Amino acid sequence: MTALDPVLTCTWATPQSWTLSAYEAGGGYSALKKAAKMAPADITQAVKESGLRGRGGAGFPTGMKWNFLAAPDGGPRYLVVNADESEPGTCKDVPLIMASPHLLIEGAIITALAIQCDHAFIYVRGEVVHVYRRLLAAVAEARKAGYLGRNILGTGFDLEITVHAGAGAYICGEESALLDSLEGRRGQPRLKPPFPAVKRLYARPTTVNNVETIASVPGIIDRGAAWFAGMGTEKSKGHVIYSLSGHVERPGQYEGPMGMTLRELLALAGGVRKGHHLKFWTPGGSSTPILTDKHLDVPLDYEGVEGAGSMLGTRALQIFDETTCVVRAVARWTEFYKHESCGKCTPCREGTFWLSQIYERLERGEGTEADIEQLLDTSRSILGRSFCALGDSATMTISSSIAAFREEYLAHVSGHGCPTDPRATALFAVPAKKKGAGA
Amino acid sequence: MTTTAGAKADANLVTTITATIDGFEVTVPKGTLIIRAAEDIGVEIPRFCDHPALEPAGACRQCLVEVAAPDRDGNLTPMPKPQASCSVELTAGMVVKTQETSEVADRAQKGVMELLLINHPLDCPVCDKGGECPLQNQAMSHGNAESRFRDQKRTFEKPIVLTSEVLLDRERCVLCQRCTRFSEQIPGDPFIELQERGATSQVGLLDVDVLDFEGFAASGLPTEDESGRPFSSYFAGNTIQICPVGALTSAAYRFRARPFDLVSSPSIAEHDSSGSAVRIDHRRGKVMRRLAINDPLVNEDWITDKDRFAFRWQDLDDRLTHPLVRDDAGVLVEASWPEALERAAAGLANAMVATKAKGVGVLPGGRVTLEDAYAYGKFARAVLGTNDIDARWRATSEEEHAFLASSVAGTGIGVTFADLEKAPAVLMVSFEPEDEGGVVFLRLRKSRGSQKVFTIAPFLSPGARKLDATLVPAVPGAEGAVLASLPHDVVAALKGDGAVIILGERIASARGGLTAALALADSTGARLAWIPRRAGERGAVEAGALPGVLPGGGSAGSAGAKIALVRTWGIESLPAAYGRGLDDILAAAASGHLGALVLGGVSLDDLPPSAEAAIKKAPFVVSLEVRRSGVTELADVVLPVAPPSEKAGTFVNWEGRPRAFEAAFETSAVSDHRALDMLARAMGADLGTPTVDAVRAELDSITVDDAARASRPSFAAPSSTPRGTAVHAVLASWHLLVDAGALQDGEPHLAGTGRVAVARVSAATAATLGSAGVVRVSGAGRGSITLPVVATPGMADGVVWLPANSPGANTARMLGVWPGASVTVKGLGA
Repeated sequence: MTALDPVLTCTWATPQSWTLSAYEAGGGYSALKKAAKMAPADITQAVKESGLRGRGGAGFPTGMKWNFLAAPDGGPRYLVVNADESEPGTCKDVPLIMASPHLLIEGAIITALAIQCDHAFIYVRGEVVHVYRRLLAAVAEARKAGYLGRNILGTGFDLEITVHAGAGAYICGEESALLDSLEGRRGQPRLKPPFPAVKRLYARPTTVNNVETIASVPGIIDRGAAWFAGMGTEKSKGHVIYSLSGHVERPGQYEGPMGMTLRELLALAGGVRKGHHLKFWTPGGSSTPILTDKHLDVPLDYEGVEGAGSMLGTRALQIFDETTCVVRAVARWTEFYKHESCGKCTPCREGTFWLSQIYERLERGEGTEADIEQLLDTSRSILGRSFCALGDSATMTISSSIAAFREEYLAHVSGHGCPTDPRATALFAVPAKKKGAGA
Repeated sequence: MTTTAGAKADANLVTTITATIDGFEVTVPKGTLIIRAAEDIGVEIPRFCDHPALEPAGACRQCLVEVAAPDRDGNLTPMPKPQASCSVELTAGMVVKTQETSEVADRAQKGVMELLLINHPLDCPVCDKGGECPLQNQAMSHGNAESRFRDQKRTFEKPIVLTSEVLLDRERCVLCQRCTRFSEQIPGDPFIELQERGATSQVGLLDVDVLDFEGFAASGLPTEDESGRPFSSYFAGNTIQICPVGALTSAAYRFRARPFDLVSSPSIAEHDSSGSAVRIDHRRGKVMRRLAINDPLVNEDWITDKDRFAFRWQDLDDRLTHPLVRDDAGVLVEASWPEALERAAAGLANAMVATKAKGVGVLPGGRVTLEDAYAYGKFARAVLGTNDIDARWRATSEEEHAFLASSVAGTGIGVTFADLEKAPAVLMVSFEPEDEGGVVFLRLRKSRGSQKVFTIAPFLSPGARKLDATLVPAVPGAEGAVLASLPHDVVAALKGDGAVIILGERIASARGGLTAALALADSTGARLAWIPRRAGERGAVEAGALPGVLPGGGSAGSAGAKIALVRTWGIESLPAAYGRGLDDILAAAASGHLGALVLGGVSLDDLPPSAEAAIKKAPFVVSLEVRRSGVTELADVVLPVAPPSEKAGTFVNWEGRPRAFEAAFETSAVSDHRALDMLARAMGADLGTPTVDAVRAELDSITVDDAARASRPSFAAPSSTPRGTAVHAVLASWHLLVDAGALQDGEPHLAGTGRVAVARVSAATAATLGSAGVVRVSGAGRGSITLPVVATPGMADGVVWLPANSPGANTARMLGVWPGASVTVKGLGA
């Protein structure tokens, strides 16, 4: 049994953990003081040696990403922190910023030192106004304390952090769409090249990192790359936040080393809802193929989950017990993708529109067996054909759920509607409908 | 080939790469996109968002192909996903498989096509695009016959009005973004943008009805069109042509014809001096629409909305079909050709021998073809025995005549569109490219960012601003002095290799301006380009339709040129007297010293009222016109002539490039040169201009050596520059592209996209006037112009700008003065 080892989350229970004083009392900003004395290349080297990989889902080695930045030419270069957390099931960045905004700010300052930029942006999902406010307040505090602004800690290094609220589009979590949105344009993914590291935000070299990635940086500097690399598995190092939600007794954020299993995490979280058992789950939110109770012992690292036919994504573990209709669950996700498709490319825009209507028909009891094949075929027309990964993501739970639960889809056809009672799925009591009101 | 490759190719040697497409080896310039390279070997990959003149978008995903490329070690590695061939450059050693050879590519394309069609209404039978629709065509060639979609299609209210000329059917739109990218990238008029997202994505104006919130702030009068909509564009019609479906339609053409009923004829646009290639689509002798033809040398893919939409003028009720002669009661009545020719011949012959009111003045106007201009010139010199011919019908000067005779006539192709694009620096003098240059504006804008643009103007116009131009302010009339003392950085920039000085026709009225421009070109090495407004101006200069210029560019004062011409024309001699220009001819007529006038396509709206008085005073007037006009009403004989679409001819564009065209369709209407040939015959002379071929052959036989050219002008700029006050301001003015011009008659949809007519003054002048937004401007004449006033940044105090010929505001006719004159300005209460 792997023990939990909170690093990012260790201060979350501290009273008023979000304040500068609480953060400093817990040793906050000591990593920055250390980093301020280091050569930029040494900071990057430490992050590289730690084996830290991007926590936004793709898992790209962070140190390598920083090294890709075009060589300094005297002009501006930018760090952009992607805090546009919008994926169904993913809930790690929002609580992290709420509980420990200075950890993110410290990480951003150290990263800025490493890549030698004097302006960083934190792009926060627009709907989470409370997070936006907390971050604004924390940046103001840090600025007042001399961690931001001109000549930080007497190093001669300047840094401003701009906190920017998005306008409520899932697509702006996609790197290039985020940067367009940040520039004030319509949030749509852009053609690469030019790559961000060469020419992106305001046509300058830009690195974009996830909140959790940046928040992991102070620990690596403070406690060393070896400490960080000592956690996790061979290719997936370090600590990571697992977010458990759904039919689980104690949902929440669980921090531990990479490579824990769902069985271990469920044990920590009190197991699946009492009296029920696991039916299916997502390892990394709605963008990853679903797994079932056969995959309880899959190590949750990049390679392990991929080996099981899915993707690690953002470790957003959504747990569904046997009361859940898989068609209904996937239909909701599909509606989400239809709603969030940016509309730029044909496969994603039109495909999600079509898929969503097929699901509606299946749920209404008007589906046919051909519809199930159509779901798969339309998914194939989207997967790998769309402009960015949003389209791909929309198909993940569809094809995986049909593979694992085809009989349940067929039952919707033969039974002219959903065979399960949606009220049984609810975590709270739903009064039975009056007789004659329909199923 | 591609825009990027094109830009790189200019540098030096073109670097090429070799790769394989569908098993064929191709060698293309580095940077070529896969989709273009495939075209080279005859493989057409289906596409919607791709357009060679726009930056790649990769949005529609129709052009997916399989790609494998060598990795760092040279091992051919397939890319995991099909790639959009419109946005991936072909690289050395790449192996591309299109739908022709790859199952994956074919399956991917068919899948995208199916998805594109699920929300597309199958209303092809009533759609304007049906029969010429890329979606329809590619659905047939790369799609499945049956759709598997059996759910609800997305619906929108249709159509929505983008401009008075462009309508949008959102249901048909496939969201390729060609129109939005065009608007932003080509003319720089972001009048439409994508809004909403996902399946409800739609192109639009950021309307409150669509967005459900106040999406934009009022943008101020000068950027609104007359319908009150913001961000209209002079080039919006191009979006209709590049729309790959029937989503964008023309209000003027909508539901009027089917593509397969139209006959298409290539032609040259008659609205400006660019000589843009257009396609005239006509049905049973009537023009139904006009489209741009891609001409890489001149207009590339685009034309102005005026070139596209202004063609109804020739089919209006006032079209002349028969000659008219004035009867004994003084009323114009229809007559037969022989009768009209006889009357005209007699009247002109009489004028030639009259005692007091003696001689004939010939004023063909600036819209003539090269062949017509030549016929007018020859008619004047060889039949009427006079050098009194001037094709200019606008503000002119002796200095301009000398400039045209010495530095334009017979110089062949000088600065070209390509030269403009490549120029490191451009100085525009009395020239507004967006209003007066049409596609010149687009070509200059193409080099935005790599080209320094300076403009000598009274203020920085919206068009100049879109070119990132730097204003060198000049009060109208002071351009000569400004040219002589330009800021150092402008002069330095003009010394760059390939720099160009563009001279607009309005420089004619700034004394010393052209002299100073020639001196500036000499001192900096920059090349001069004279860009007049009208289509026939340059051709008229070449054809000798100026008092001092003979066909081919020889000086009317050069014995050598005269001897050669006498021999070519087979006449005894050329008139000895020095010819008079427009102003002098009209002055002679006004004072009763001219016996007759021969007038071509000229309008009373273009000159001060004194011109009308002069024509009235002339004892005998022959008018050659397409439609009845103020001029034909003053004529004694009116000969009907053909509009450009019904005749063959040549417009020599501002570059000096002959742009020959054939009649789009045959009618009984005759060209001016043919009418003049018949008239000459009636006078007992052989003009030798019965056909275009005859005129062209004769023109080709004329050669002029340099010794026969006129000498350059030498005029000093006025020692004191004009200074105005708020009340007695200096008038600045030019023609807006879309205005009240006669060639835009009958096209209300186009008129609706014109800029709102406003008066412009500096903020300080506006404050002095103390008006509540409206001013009345009066000039030397009896009329006045009342317009809303806009305080314009960067404008000199004491200057008032008015549109030259917009509805309700015609400076020449209503104020009776030219730009540079003093006018009286009065602020009015709201």
